[in-house]
Amino acid sequence: MNTDGGKTAGDKRYKTAWQTTGLEYLSLIAVMAALVVVFGIIEPRFFSKATFLQVANDVPAVVIIAVGMTYVLIISGIDLSVGSVLGFSAALLGTILTRYHLPLLPAILCAILAGALCGLINGLVSVRWQLPSFIVTLGMLEIARGATHMVTQSRTVYIGGKIGAIASTHILGLSVPAILAILIVIIGQIVLSKTVFGRYMVAVGTNEEAVRLSGVDPRPVKIGVFTIIGLLSAVAAVIETSRLEASDPNAGNGLELQVIAAVVIGGTSLMGGKGSVVRSFFGVLIIAILGAGLIAIGVRDETKRLITGVVIVAAVILDYYRRRLGRKSAGFGKE
Amino acid sequence: MVESITPLPLLELRNITREYPGVMALHNVNFNVCAGELHALVGENGAGKSTLCRIIAGVTRPNSGDMLFHGKPYAPSSRSEARNHGVAMVMQELNLISNLTVAENIFMDRMPTRGTLISYRDMNAAAHTCLQTLGLNDINPDQKVWALGVGQQQMIEIASALSRHCDILILDEPTAALTQRETEHLFAQITELKKKSVGIIYVSHRMEEIKRIADRITVLRDGEWVATSPAADVDMDQIIHWMVGRQLPEPCVRKTEKGTVALRVVNLTVEQAVNRVSFELHHGEILGFAGLMGSGRTETMRAVFGADRSDAGEIYLYGSSTPEQIRSPRDAVRRGIALLTEDRKQQGLFLPMSIRSNITMTRLQSVSTARTFIRENIEAEVAHQWCENLSVRCRDEEQTVGELSGGNQQKVVIAKWIFRDCDILIFDEPTRGIDIGARYEIYQLLDNLVKKGKAIIVVSSDMQELMAISDRIAVMSDGCLTAEFRRGEWTQEAIMEAALKELINREH
Repeated sequence: MNTDGGKTAGDKRYKTAWQTTGLEYLSLIAVMAALVVVFGIIEPRFFSKATFLQVANDVPAVVIIAVGMTYVLIISGIDLSVGSVLGFSAALLGTILTRYHLPLLPAILCAILAGALCGLINGLVSVRWQLPSFIVTLGMLEIARGATHMVTQSRTVYIGGKIGAIASTHILGLSVPAILAILIVIIGQIVLSKTVFGRYMVAVGTNEEAVRLSGVDPRPVKIGVFTIIGLLSAVAAVIETSRLEASDPNAGNGLELQVIAAVVIGGTSLMGGKGSVVRSFFGVLIIAILGAGLIAIGVRDETKRLITGVVIVAAVILDYYRRRLGRKSAGFGKE
Repeated sequence: MVESITPLPLLELRNITREYPGVMALHNVNFNVCAGELHALVGENGAGKSTLCRIIAGVTRPNSGDMLFHGKPYAPSSRSEARNHGVAMVMQELNLISNLTVAENIFMDRMPTRGTLISYRDMNAAAHTCLQTLGLNDINPDQKVWALGVGQQQMIEIASALSRHCDILILDEPTAALTQRETEHLFAQITELKKKSVGIIYVSHRMEEIKRIADRITVLRDGEWVATSPAADVDMDQIIHWMVGRQLPEPCVRKTEKGTVALRVVNLTVEQAVNRVSFELHHGEILGFAGLMGSGRTETMRAVFGADRSDAGEIYLYGSSTPEQIRSPRDAVRRGIALLTEDRKQQGLFLPMSIRSNITMTRLQSVSTARTFIRENIEAEVAHQWCENLSVRCRDEEQTVGELSGGNQQKVVIAKWIFRDCDILIFDEPTRGIDIGARYEIYQLLDNLVKKGKAIIVVSSDMQELMAISDRIAVMSDGCLTAEFRRGEWTQEAIMEAALKELINREH
């Protein structure tokens, strides 16, 4: 009814949009802060270098894959193969470096290309035969893991110091993987919310048929997203390999669920059409801080898993109420 | 039917108010229904008709006001509670479970059992009787619902409501998806129910229907009660005047200045749906497509647009003599063809997304730097401009499309395609489920587009609408194009005859 005219209307709206997204981040930051305070009170030693290092080490690889997983969930797909693709890329990297003695850079490039190729195959297969990505990537999970064991002959490949430089180099107090992860989050969020490709992703996740009937081919978008997550899994593989200075054939085992949990805690919907890269980043941090905190206060591993599980479900329930509140205040109403 | 109006109404609503944040859906509305009468509820989209029905059926609760049923206070807290009181409702949206059978859907909450197991024999027999009363002899109770057309599904919903005893029956736009024949069966049933003293609340946009079957008419506008009157005492113009609160302009008649050929379709064939259809469409004209449901009109348009594969036939554009290869909607849009689909919500719009994103979806690159980075301020300006040009009623262009009324949603779809600057616009049922006020606005829009030289096809089941806006009318019957009329040459009877032609031939 009330279309407020004028050009200033536009600027005003961006401000409010920015403010609401700020609020959305705030709730996640609050959860993080609460975790830190609670662990700090229970166990003052929580504020130690060991805890910080553990979080800083664990986080970058997961964050990088979480960016891709956010995209995949937004187009209402899922990728179960990320852990295996990470393992496969890492195995290739280790093998190329130790057996074929290629220089570091071409070797890394090969590993990343291999990861992107796995993702591309996921995308092509699910688009060409209109298969659910759940099934296709479940297949890739096994295929890539099998290939990993074939390449490494199921043995850990020790590479040595030259690759360790990536993880151990620090710029302004931050490790290279951490910087890389932050950069990817920033670029990832810009691509999602400011580019044509990002808009198409949201549209495909919202109503794929309407995208097609708008004269936009949804297939390249879907294939693109799966290629991106494959590529990002391989980037994470390089970081993990550098950190361990070795390629473990079991690297990334079970990682897919960890990443999906983090992204979902960040409020990205499994139904597609909705999500944020920055929020996924906070989701990863929350799980990492929780894990580190539980170890610091001396909780046993089985209890830690149990608590983590409860937190995942609780976070999603909390998100449900947050969204309902948001919808009410936004004045949602039908006829 | 004045005699049947008893002093004590069967159901009475007093001062019903229902508020949603920012929207007053109903404000102090009084309404009543007597036993054995059909009380029609009319008003534009957003007038509050559906909210009123939902309150009576226990789906929504009022903020204030009370209801009396059989003279006793009535405040149902759920649909099943209302049903137990004897209030049944057929919703506007289809609520069937498509993977279950017709019989399972009808008897969902009371499946007949033998011991602990469902007796399919009893259930199918009961469903069969129930379907027969509505003349649905060709529907097998054992059939899965997904295999049926929208009209048939709607009839099953009605059958399901009729299958249980009720004192009040609410029908919210029951005929929107029905064929003429199905509508007649429904009306026959309604007469039966009235004889059994059932009070019927009937919501519809189709004035002819209301004039024909209503005993009383209540008009709502913007959530407020405007008038209640015996149907015999008012004429159509009066009702429309109450509904919109203003006089409507006559649908304008253009001087037909035929432009050059924009689209030529030759022998288009889609297996099982379209049989060697040929037609021409010129710039600056509206070509109407009449026909019964299932006559292949939608399928023809989808094939022209590349949404479905065609099996044979050629499409020529803009006077060219080489046939075009249109394999996907993308190919079609690049050649300037737009299809505004019948089903807006499922195929045309992104409901949870903003008006802005919806409008620019067809040509996002044009509001972007380097075809990649969206310039949101320019995008917002574009969307704002279109909202204003088409007078879309909304808070602002950031509002999500799902919150808009049907008419405004349709305007967003139109904006999206005008923004894409397509020359050939195919509208499939552009005014389905849209109130009269918005309808006229859409006719006005079509008229403006034609004056700018666009070539327009309108597929519609509303014959009056087609005769009012078209320059030519093509009629389809059972996948074939059976007749083509120029303005002035057609009569409703001639069009109907052409629409039935293939069906009659087949029966002989």
